[in-house]
Amino acid sequence: MTERVGVYVCHCGSNIAGTVDVVDVANWAAEKLGRQGVIIAREYKFMCSSLGQELIEKDIKELGLTRVVVAACSPHLHEKTFRTAAKNAGLNPYLVELASIREQVSWVHSDKAVATAKAKAVVSGAVSRVIENRPLEEIKVPINPNTLVVGGGIAGIQSALEIANAGFHVYLVEREPSIGGHMAQFDKTFPTLDCSACILTPRMVEAGTHPNITLLTWSEVTNVAGYVGNFHVTIKKKARFINEELCTGCGICQEKCPKKVIDDVYEAGLGYRKAVYTPFAQAVPNFPVMDKENCTYFIKGTCKACEKFCPTGAIDFNQQDEMLHIDVGNIVLATGYDLFDARRVSNYGYGRLPNVFTSLEFERLSNAAGPTAGNIVLRDGKTVPKNVGIIHCVGSRDKNFNNYCSVICCMQGLKFAHLVHERTGATVYNFYIDMRTAYKAYDEFYQRVLEEGTLFVRGKVAEVTDAARNEREKGRLIIQVEDTLAGKQRRIPVDMVILSSGLQPRADAKEVGKLFGISCSMDGWFTEKHPKLDPVATMTEGIYIVGCAQGPKDIPSSVAQGAAASARVLDKILQKEVALEPIKASVDSALCSGCRICNGLCPFNAITFIEDDKVTEINPALCQGCGTCVAACPAGAISGTGFSNEQIIAQIDGLMMKNLEPVEA
Amino acid sequence: MKPKFAMYWAASCGGCEIAVLNTHEKILDVDANFDVVFWPVAMDAKYHDVEAMEDGSILLTLFNGGIRNDENEHIAKLLRQKSKILVAFGSCACEGCIPGLANLSPVGDIVHTAFNTLTTDNPNEIYPRTSYDVPEGELHIPTLSRMVRPLEQVVDVDYFMPGCPPESHQIAAVIDLVIKVVKGEAELPPKGSVIGAGDSTVCDECPRARNVKFIKEFKRIQDVAPVDPALCLLEQGIPCNGPATRSGCNARCPQAGAQCIGCYGPAEGVMDYGARLITAFSSVIDANTPEEIDHILDGIPDPTGQVYRFNLAGSLLKANKEAWKVER
Repeated sequence: MTERVGVYVCHCGSNIAGTVDVVDVANWAAEKLGRQGVIIAREYKFMCSSLGQELIEKDIKELGLTRVVVAACSPHLHEKTFRTAAKNAGLNPYLVELASIREQVSWVHSDKAVATAKAKAVVSGAVSRVIENRPLEEIKVPINPNTLVVGGGIAGIQSALEIANAGFHVYLVEREPSIGGHMAQFDKTFPTLDCSACILTPRMVEAGTHPNITLLTWSEVTNVAGYVGNFHVTIKKKARFINEELCTGCGICQEKCPKKVIDDVYEAGLGYRKAVYTPFAQAVPNFPVMDKENCTYFIKGTCKACEKFCPTGAIDFNQQDEMLHIDVGNIVLATGYDLFDARRVSNYGYGRLPNVFTSLEFERLSNAAGPTAGNIVLRDGKTVPKNVGIIHCVGSRDKNFNNYCSVICCMQGLKFAHLVHERTGATVYNFYIDMRTAYKAYDEFYQRVLEEGTLFVRGKVAEVTDAARNEREKGRLIIQVEDTLAGKQRRIPVDMVILSSGLQPRADAKEVGKLFGISCSMDGWFTEKHPKLDPVATMTEGIYIVGCAQGPKDIPSSVAQGAAASARVLDKILQKEVALEPIKASVDSALCSGCRICNGLCPFNAITFIEDDKVTEINPALCQGCGTCVAACPAGAISGTGFSNEQIIAQIDGLMMKNLEPVEA
Repeated sequence: MKPKFAMYWAASCGGCEIAVLNTHEKILDVDANFDVVFWPVAMDAKYHDVEAMEDGSILLTLFNGGIRNDENEHIAKLLRQKSKILVAFGSCACEGCIPGLANLSPVGDIVHTAFNTLTTDNPNEIYPRTSYDVPEGELHIPTLSRMVRPLEQVVDVDYFMPGCPPESHQIAAVIDLVIKVVKGEAELPPKGSVIGAGDSTVCDECPRARNVKFIKEFKRIQDVAPVDPALCLLEQGIPCNGPATRSGCNARCPQAGAQCIGCYGPAEGVMDYGARLITAFSSVIDANTPEEIDHILDGIPDPTGQVYRFNLAGSLLKANKEAWKVER
């Protein structure tokens, strides 16, 4: 049977029509692709508008089209739109192909003649391909109403609470001993100067006690299988060496533990904790964790002071890591960020010059619950600085480190300036490249800090040094900077330098992305589905990204994203079932020789080897149509619906302008 | 009158002819049932005798060898014209085989290598000429084509019989079939079919045990000691082409302890043999970093030779860029 093909060329305003002669493309398709079955070719200003869609629907009904090609933007954007239009007109939606003449043609060319010729080739390819398309039916599968939230910082907590409050179960997994994340380390939050702990801990407690939340701290996800609605997740619950059933969180073990350890994580190396510890007083859960590497019993085989004094007998030195297997329908990743390691900017002297502090160190220094009880002092623990320099953009907006702006460092630097000023009365200098105080009430805070008398120097600091050139500089830290507003080099001696370090993707972000089947940007942040219109979804359905895992952001944005992802998850849960694309791989058992090359490849565990028949099978309910096994099969025994050899070869032939009428040279 | 039979040897090594003779007494059946009209390796014949025959008068022609020069091309066209059934016989005719690897170089380079290298002392840079005047007239030798082509790229082919060379038992089976067809006892398979071979892969006939594969290192078979006689060779890091290669040989090489090198050509579902193997091999290497990947792939020092040893001329690309570029 000859197919009746309709071709629709979109102007996309001037997006396509500005570079491609769309009228010529439509006329050409009608004239030259007739032999392939094109019976109508039209162009229209905006095919995706309701009028454009109606055009297609009308032609399907009146002209009896059996195939449709829309030459417009990437299928990523509007494939669904046009497939739905076809469905409305009674045509199987999978008999519609999009020819991308915007992303792949008009946006990447400037020569109109060349672009028009290429657009014709792309249309020709799509026409040849669509003829080989077969009608497909969507597959519906039920959605597991449970959700996994990975990361217990403020974004993850918010997300978990929203879903739990709606009445659905959440597993909240955190790899540290307590939830709270970076926010739990801060003293004040900009621009309102709320006490960080005061606003965070109620949320932590709520998450810790919520009947719909299973809190799994000191735990990590080790394996993820399945797909949207039906993920199977393996979680390693690391041995705490504390029996959580018996522990009351009284804290006697910590009090009695004789081993002091420098706390690199929570106290940023400024304070000590014990070998058995809760990271901070308001930790949730309140069960301590035994640090096996530093515990005297684990090192020398004697001590057990904690066990001796524990009133409930909750210490268990024989506890083992536990593997938990859970099934969830959706996953929210709130894995946060790492602080840029200021040691990498060696000219700023962090790690070499004692009175250069990182932002996290300063947070602990200024925190009332911190190692100095909130007293801002030099590394010696007693001297109050008289002059303090705060350097912005450390590791950010710098070709040597990270090109991006870390978003929070300007406001963080201003907050530090305010706190130093308030607590010590010192003279404060802020060194900035550009002052970025967008968002609500941020610039007002900048004005406030200006009025407090903080001095602002616009310029990138070249160096922090202790090499004095005169008496005035002796024994102090000298900040060498080009003051670009004054147009001169300056040397400013201070007692303390605070580096407003930028944010970085987690060191293991790539592995974590691989584990959950999502990708990272060039910088290493998780990639969202659409940077503007779908910022919390990912290309993998059922996996959402929130907070700093997606890119640097402040607390309000992280919270907003946490809530936004929950809305998406609840939307999925309430639909009760999800329609899966019928793009699936299948094995032709006559061609399969059971070489087993594909067996270890499936990211969704859809492949099974049938030992008796020595052939491989693919479970269509698990297959996500990624195509990995199709490409790998050396015998060509696996094919993917929607991407058959016939379709691909036809498309290539079409692109090469074979089968034209009349044949062109 | 007996139906007529012909066999021809174009760009190939002669192994196919030996394989035919290796059918032992079966060759007598050929003589009993056919009138052998043209078989240069076995009997004297002149091209003009063939040219004088009526079109379509030869029932069966087994054509082995690829098309390397204008003589090959001429005879291919001639035999096509004169034959009812033209069989591309053996790997060279089916897909170019070893001579097809010459498509990695332009013809000029090949001639230069043959006539002016360390082993060929040619200080005056004398190269063969395709025509030469002698007192008796002008002499010709065949002109090399730009690329080696399988028979199908030159003329219409009825059947394909793969193998380097085809296995004797498969040749015997095909001879039996054709005799039956002649006697009206059987029907020919559809035109374009692959005959004298299976339709799955060498793995199907290979008795070695197979598991999920994680390859940390590719090694030449002589560097693996000892080779596990019962385990899949690919799993032992020996690049075995069996998974993409058509069955029909009874997995002769893997059974004898050597890896399959792919002489039976692409399996039924395979469009481009080398591309299939490359994706298959790269799918099972067990690496986490680009460096590791490089290191593992270094174990296959000649990827083209590994995955296109028999198939380069018949692949989608047919030849490398340089050979495409140079006009003859």
